[in-house]
Amino acid sequence: MSSHDGQELEPVGARTPDADPVPDPGHPPHKWRPTDVDERLEKRAERQVATFFALSGLCSVLFVVSYFVFDIGEVVTTVGGFGASHLALGLTLGGALLFGGMGAIHWSRKLMSDVALVEARHPIASSPEDREVTVSGFNTGLEETGIARRPLVRNTLLGALGVLALPVPIVLLRDLGPLPGDKLKSTIWDEGMRVVRDVTGTPIRASDMQFGDLINAEPAALFEVDENGEPLIEGAELQREKAKGAVILVRIEPEEITPGEGRDDWGVEGILCYSKICTHVGCPISLYERTTHHVLCPCHQSTFDLADAARVVFGPAARPLPQLPLDVDSEGYLVARSDFDEPVGPSFWERDSR
Amino acid sequence: MSIDTSKVAKSNVDQAATAKKPSPIGAIASWADDRLGLAASQKKMVRKVFPEHWSFMLGEIALWSFIVLLLTGTFLTLWFTPSMTEVTYQGSYDQLRGIHMSEAFATTLNISFDVRGGLLMRQMHHWSAMLFIAAMMVHLMRVFFTGAHRKPREINWVIGCLLLLLGTLEGFTGYSLPDDLLSGTGIRAADGFMKSMPVVGTYMSFFLFGGEFPGESIIPRLYVVHILLIPGILLALVAAHMLLLVYHKHTQWPGPGRTEQNVVGYPLMPVYAAKAGGFFFIVFGVTALMGALMTINPVWKYGPYDPSKVTAGSQPDWYMGWPDGALRIMPGWESTIGPYTLSWNVFLPIIVLPGLAFTILLLLPFLEQWITGDKREHHLLERPRNAPTRTALMVALMTFYGLMWAAGGNDILAITFDLSINQITYFLRAAVFIGPVVAFFITRRWCISLQRADNDRLLHGYETGVIMRSPEGGYSERHLPIADTRAFTLTSRDRDQPYVPSTATDENGVAAPGGRLEALRARLSAGWFGHNVQKPTRAELEEGHAHAEHEHELQSGLDHPADGHQFDGHHTVDEEALRGGH
Repeated sequence: MSSHDGQELEPVGARTPDADPVPDPGHPPHKWRPTDVDERLEKRAERQVATFFALSGLCSVLFVVSYFVFDIGEVVTTVGGFGASHLALGLTLGGALLFGGMGAIHWSRKLMSDVALVEARHPIASSPEDREVTVSGFNTGLEETGIARRPLVRNTLLGALGVLALPVPIVLLRDLGPLPGDKLKSTIWDEGMRVVRDVTGTPIRASDMQFGDLINAEPAALFEVDENGEPLIEGAELQREKAKGAVILVRIEPEEITPGEGRDDWGVEGILCYSKICTHVGCPISLYERTTHHVLCPCHQSTFDLADAARVVFGPAARPLPQLPLDVDSEGYLVARSDFDEPVGPSFWERDSR
Repeated sequence: MSIDTSKVAKSNVDQAATAKKPSPIGAIASWADDRLGLAASQKKMVRKVFPEHWSFMLGEIALWSFIVLLLTGTFLTLWFTPSMTEVTYQGSYDQLRGIHMSEAFATTLNISFDVRGGLLMRQMHHWSAMLFIAAMMVHLMRVFFTGAHRKPREINWVIGCLLLLLGTLEGFTGYSLPDDLLSGTGIRAADGFMKSMPVVGTYMSFFLFGGEFPGESIIPRLYVVHILLIPGILLALVAAHMLLLVYHKHTQWPGPGRTEQNVVGYPLMPVYAAKAGGFFFIVFGVTALMGALMTINPVWKYGPYDPSKVTAGSQPDWYMGWPDGALRIMPGWESTIGPYTLSWNVFLPIIVLPGLAFTILLLLPFLEQWITGDKREHHLLERPRNAPTRTALMVALMTFYGLMWAAGGNDILAITFDLSINQITYFLRAAVFIGPVVAFFITRRWCISLQRADNDRLLHGYETGVIMRSPEGGYSERHLPIADTRAFTLTSRDRDQPYVPSTATDENGVAAPGGRLEALRARLSAGWFGHNVQKPTRAELEEGHAHAEHEHELQSGLDHPADGHQFDGHHTVDEEALRGGH
């Protein structure tokens, strides 16, 4: 049982009379419980257990009753602001289960035998004989295949298994998704696309924004409809473009703005536009503190200074929010001058961050 | 008090049942045995002995929660449609009627508002998932603190760790299925996590999402993982865990009559069948009450997922909190390697750290075994104080976990306690390194103090609370010897034997192969056992008792028989007068 690389250890649980002071007093004598010796108490315990089981049954009946009695859906029955059906079903189900369990445990504690039994442990390892039989049986089998003598069979088998196990599943899984390509490097934003409010889709004039305002905005393309009024972009495509194209517009006193390098004319009268998607792991950002121009991501608290090219001032994000260059169209609405000049959202391996 | 055993209830006597006429049940049993041969394989199982201790129930909570999860989860699949197809909600919940959402979210709302008992089952499912993971974690700590992970149970430790990992993944996938705003934000972050992986990250993301985030595939794919793949593996691992438990027989606490070679407790049939079966219903019932009374994951308040929206105070489920905390306190490091980008700020805390933590957890029994050199079988549990370094190690890991978890709620902490989130974050950046070390040393010293207290009890007896005044006017507290059974239990542990390499050098003075590794191992082993206090030897105990008796003699001749210890709560006080009576 004891295998030890260094010096031999004493067997576990070894109690040498010389070193170990207290002899084993042996199993403590069994003590009779009150329910064992007093028939009155035994009967009482019996009644208690039966009461638990009866209560359990009663709760089950009430469960069925409340299933039929209380309405759900549009005309929901409520009790003190709670859905009556939900509450009644839950309480009666809980009661039915709890009382049943309590009955069983009470039964075992009060009425079933409480004489402790002793069982000997068997050695976990197989006996040396058993090991011998198994190992020699296995070896005989191996010998009979002749795998050691027939390296050609062995090697082709291994080769076949290797070819089966590696390329086959990879090829099978290939169609899980398209290859990334350059998809992450562009968004739906394009030259002249209006910046519109995210809920209503209405375009925004520079004069619509006060200093200190923040507007959650989206590319106008997401709100375009065909001649029947059906949206051109919907479903998964809409979600995907939103996930990349969502932006925030802020208007900051121009003298407080420190534009990024080469971005002197990316704003319009102090209005700047940044990607709303956090460069950390991609949560949308919008907790804005107008006095400091800081915007905070609610997921991991990365904080960006929008007056200073969305520089990271706190938190785990490594890069500033990408900025969208703005312009004004002929009708005076804010438009994008181009797509973002860098990928939005979280970093990825192929992202060229130089 | 003598007992009239003739009145003893019939259930509590050791009389073999007499053979009776075969009952219908007996007939069914014979029919089955003729075909399955169950009697031979189950003959030992029926009356198999399980030892009893409250802490052995923790794993049971996990097991029963898993069953509750299977039952409630099956119910939910009857109505849930794992589809990201856009639909317009027309159900009973006014506030969202007419809103575009995925079918997954719409059917989740239907389960919550239009299926009788649906909300109850949804909330029970979520609560039992919390219980499942929490119980597994507490059970894991119990196992490690009591040394139940030692040989021959290392494989069961590994299985248990896998269960915890898969349970966590199962929780995350399930939490994501409703496609509500909060869980969608979680998937959004998971996409960011994946993309941080060097070389393969972007591809993994595109393959998992079926293209660019969010796509239309993620919910159906997570659904298959959640209801088929992981539960199947969990079920198989739970079965293996239980089979090994039965084969190894449960560990037991030391005590009179309990040895490494036996197991003392109550038989499966009937006591454990009733207790464990009853406990299943208790866990199930408590989950039902939680589902009825405690709102969890009210997705109708969050609304459908929209990648441009988010709620303030976004939190993952609690068991994902600690890696999220690591993510929050990590400085924003990113490297550029040629045309490539490596986001240390995401990759390290959310991919590397959890993997590393899990590996360490998995290896704990093997690391300990290598350091202590103890490869013997152990079936008697150890009190945490009697393995101070092991206990301290787990407490250090728990401290690390706790601090990371706190970091995962840094925004909540800041708001609740009106603190600066920046300062909390800076503090935690240091605390996650310093805290575990401090906790390690405090715990180790604490354990050693407790060991000393045990030895005091053995050598000098217990404190009676009786204050004696000596003729000189000095006061002292009277100590009396503890009961033999208690003394036996306290001494029922092995003496620590640090690892000593068998030979540092051979006869020619050449260092044995791996000599430096062996030397490191010996040093680690010496450090592991450090200042542990060993149980007293017989000589020490006799000396201690002689000393006590000497004191007792000095105090004899007092003119009242009651020396006070009758009333210390350790003795029966029947027919005992407080004073006099002489």
